[in-house]
Amino acid sequence: MYEFLTSIGVYNFLKGPMVWIAFIVFICGSVYRVISLIMLAKKDKVVYPYLSLKYAFRSFLHWLIPFGSRNMRLHPWMTFFAFIFHIGLLFTPVFLYPHIVLWHKAWGIRWGSLPENIADIMTLIVILCCIFFILRRIFASEVRFVTYASDYLIIAIAAAPFITGFLAFHQLVVPYRLMLMLHILLGEIMLMAIPFTRLSHMLSFWLTRAHTGSEFGVFRHSKDY
Amino acid sequence: MIKMQRKTVSDPGFDETVKNLTPEKITQTINYVLEKEAAARLKAYVETCIHCGLCNEACHFYVSYDRDPSYAPVAKVRQTIWDMMKKKGKVDAETLKMYARIGFTECNICRRCSMYCPFGIDIGYMMNLVRRICGLLKVAPLYLQDQGYSHMYTYTQSWVAQDDWVDTVQFVEEELRMDIKNARIPLDKEGAEIMYSPHSLEAKFKTNLLSNIAKIMSVARADWTMPSFDGWDSTNQAMHVGDNETMGMVERMHFNAGFRLKVKKIVTSECGHSFRAAVYDGSRSLGWKEPPITYIQPTQLFYEFVRDGRIKIANKLKEPVTVQDPCSIVRNRGLGGMLRSVVKAACEDFRDVKPRLEHNYCCTAGSGVINYGPPWKFIRMEGGRAKIEQLHATGAKIVIAPCHSCHKTIEELIAYYKLDMHVMFISELLVKTMEIPEDLQVLPPGKAEASP
Repeated sequence: MYEFLTSIGVYNFLKGPMVWIAFIVFICGSVYRVISLIMLAKKDKVVYPYLSLKYAFRSFLHWLIPFGSRNMRLHPWMTFFAFIFHIGLLFTPVFLYPHIVLWHKAWGIRWGSLPENIADIMTLIVILCCIFFILRRIFASEVRFVTYASDYLIIAIAAAPFITGFLAFHQLVVPYRLMLMLHILLGEIMLMAIPFTRLSHMLSFWLTRAHTGSEFGVFRHSKDY
Repeated sequence: MIKMQRKTVSDPGFDETVKNLTPEKITQTINYVLEKEAAARLKAYVETCIHCGLCNEACHFYVSYDRDPSYAPVAKVRQTIWDMMKKKGKVDAETLKMYARIGFTECNICRRCSMYCPFGIDIGYMMNLVRRICGLLKVAPLYLQDQGYSHMYTYTQSWVAQDDWVDTVQFVEEELRMDIKNARIPLDKEGAEIMYSPHSLEAKFKTNLLSNIAKIMSVARADWTMPSFDGWDSTNQAMHVGDNETMGMVERMHFNAGFRLKVKKIVTSECGHSFRAAVYDGSRSLGWKEPPITYIQPTQLFYEFVRDGRIKIANKLKEPVTVQDPCSIVRNRGLGGMLRSVVKAACEDFRDVKPRLEHNYCCTAGSGVINYGPPWKFIRMEGGRAKIEQLHATGAKIVIAPCHSCHKTIEELIAYYKLDMHVMFISELLVKTMEIPEDLQVLPPGKAEASP
């Protein structure tokens, strides 16, 4: 089993066709999700007439700037962890040196990378935040009341590539090659899971916020933050 | 596991009506509303919610019930919409009763939570869907159902027939002449600037409020009128009971009354829900982006009167005063600034609430909860603790609340928590403080004879 998992054939598959599959599923799935929601919103006759770019952006701004909304100020710790988590989650994989090397080898493109130790710290932060979210789900009664198995699953999907990446880099627990394989596989799974799980909130955030922001700005003449 | 613990309440609107339902009927109705009536928003909201529980602090029930997790907004969605979707509408009568109890009695659809959700999820919309489902199945608080039927039969909220209405206006006018010289309440005046559309309670047993409005209109020398025909009542309880069809019919009647009298604008009574029904739910269900005729709330009218000097304040109120921002006019239409402006003009010692404006707590009587009658009074008294503590903290003796539901429930909360406070409408405040021009003053009988 170990031989098979670490064989060059499997490695080449995960690094080649599987990456294509993962990205195609991720991109096509995301486009499909967004477009189908936009189409469906036509049926909901009260969405489009009130949309406003100005108020949508006012809403984005207040909810993307740390402590930009009253609720973020009411929950300072959650805001802190949520922001550093999302920053780590989005930026670490894109600006990690080994990842950029892979892009360069494949397509000849490259961009600036994060210093190794910074990337390492950011990875640890993402993992720690996931632990914080899990503990919060277990110990905060109002969150526990609305927690389902799927909530732990999406945290696990998000954390897994970071945990395996960290362990592979430091060559811990299992041999490097096996850990690397797991890391690639779990990363691909995460990408493919985005459009089809509630990780899709990364896509629908823009739509629901644009609607609510416009609704509050155009019609309700009040703030949504 | 956390249990949802609730007092047993017997309300025939729930207990008796569920007996008539078959499981097929329940399933069919749930699926009809969720699949045919609800569209993109429900799908987007359910698929986006990451169950983070950050909406909890927004809910006055959650705060008042010592942060009981089962009162958090997301918890209410979990126990209703998610549950229906998971079971594909196959639920028994007891479960439906629980949905109805949550949708009708534990949410005021004040929409504060949509300001606290990181994704802007409109939980009020989902609770409205729960009300729609239960309303179609006729499972709703009995008193509220009664008012829904009243709209169908008399086009008013509280069974006031059209001839009673005209009769009331006549005696209010007669009594008004004791305060305002030659006072007139013009009915059916075509081409008037303002059509005042009262709350049916103002015609039934709170006629002093109608008289106050007439007094203010006289002093401001407004060109105003009211319809003598059906459509005069601005209320709309059908909206709360999930009867969208009757809601649309009632709103169409209000608008038509305005068109028939060729007025420039309709002014609703000092009421939150009737304003919301006209500008939001009603207009939208009839296909209008905004109401087809200028439709304003008295807060705005009074603000304009005071701003333009048509009403002059003669003796400002001395007691400390605070305000209640009714959700339907402040969070729903941003009238909080105008409210403060009028109150500051008429009072010496104004103390603002915290949190204020659109962040204000709901009074726990909104969306029809005020009308559920004695069986449900406790829910307003217990759920309103956050509200009354907020008002009490200002140290004010008078609360200005330009909404019938807020007004009544805060007055009850004051009695329940034994506080030394009192609630007033803006119209009451203005009548108390405004200057009556000399030509409108009624002189005492002795003086009247002496004057030429």
